[in-house]
Amino acid sequence: MKRMLLWLPFAGFVLLFVVVVSGLFAPADRTVKSAMVGKSLPTFALPAILPGKPGLASAAFQQGKPRLLNVFASWCIPCVAEAPQLMRLKSMGVPIDAIAIRDTGPAIQGFLRRNGDPYASIGDDKISAVQLSLGSSGVPETFVIDGHGKIVKQHIGDIREENIPEILEALQGAQ
Amino acid sequence: MKRLLFLLALLAAPLHADSGLPPAALANTQLRDPAQEAKAQALMVTLRCLVCQGQSIADSDADMAGDMRALVRQRIAAGESPDSVRRWLIDRYGDYVTYDPPFNGTTAALWLAPLGMIAIGAWLARGSFKRRRG
Repeated sequence: MKRMLLWLPFAGFVLLFVVVVSGLFAPADRTVKSAMVGKSLPTFALPAILPGKPGLASAAFQQGKPRLLNVFASWCIPCVAEAPQLMRLKSMGVPIDAIAIRDTGPAIQGFLRRNGDPYASIGDDKISAVQLSLGSSGVPETFVIDGHGKIVKQHIGDIREENIPEILEALQGAQ
Repeated sequence: MKRLLFLLALLAAPLHADSGLPPAALANTQLRDPAQEAKAQALMVTLRCLVCQGQSIADSDADMAGDMRALVRQRIAAGESPDSVRRWLIDRYGDYVTYDPPFNGTTAALWLAPLGMIAIGAWLARGSFKRRRG
């Protein structure tokens, strides 16, 4: 018994070593996922940020057809990278609404002129209030909302070419 | 070549990952009522900044942390309790958003490990004191 106990500290060390080394090879995932997936979209009404482009209210997602809700900003670099993919989704007939985080009209206008405009409407969220109520922790993020205002999926980060199928699948599943 | 690179680095403009907009009204302004501000402050030091994950929102200069401070102060000023504000955020971001994790299946090890350590320590100490006496 005593002989065995002698090995206990060493066993403890080996255990700790394994934990640390496995952490080195598989770093923890630090993305903060929204806990709102599967729940209803919170109620909100955001004013328009551009003349001629409507603002965005949560009622827009109650029309019976799934839509994408894109959280973006003109000052966000990955949003530029994502723009062509959003244009592609738009050309496939996917309706996309947007929430502009901490932004101004002229900056958004410039952004859309440079990168294309895939949005049916853009809501102006100057103090990230709606973003926080969605459980979104950065830009860009995209939510798939079904026709009754339920959040079906959250995509964190820019949408890349390889993400398009999963987004289309989520939209299809939400029909 | 190195010197040229250094000079170029000096010329390069920094890329800002934050917006140019001024902070939200209550991001850096204390509440009028000191009691409410104290409550808000106590809550803010226990909430995680989601962009700069090692910091609390009270410590962080990130835009989003400012907006979260504004949200906390607004809700406290409206008479909401700090617990309900915390719950509101946990409902959206999960337990990760708070530095004061609730006791549940995932956090049981976190809360119980210190008690276990103390128990092991007491057991070891008891053994070694006994030996010395004998």
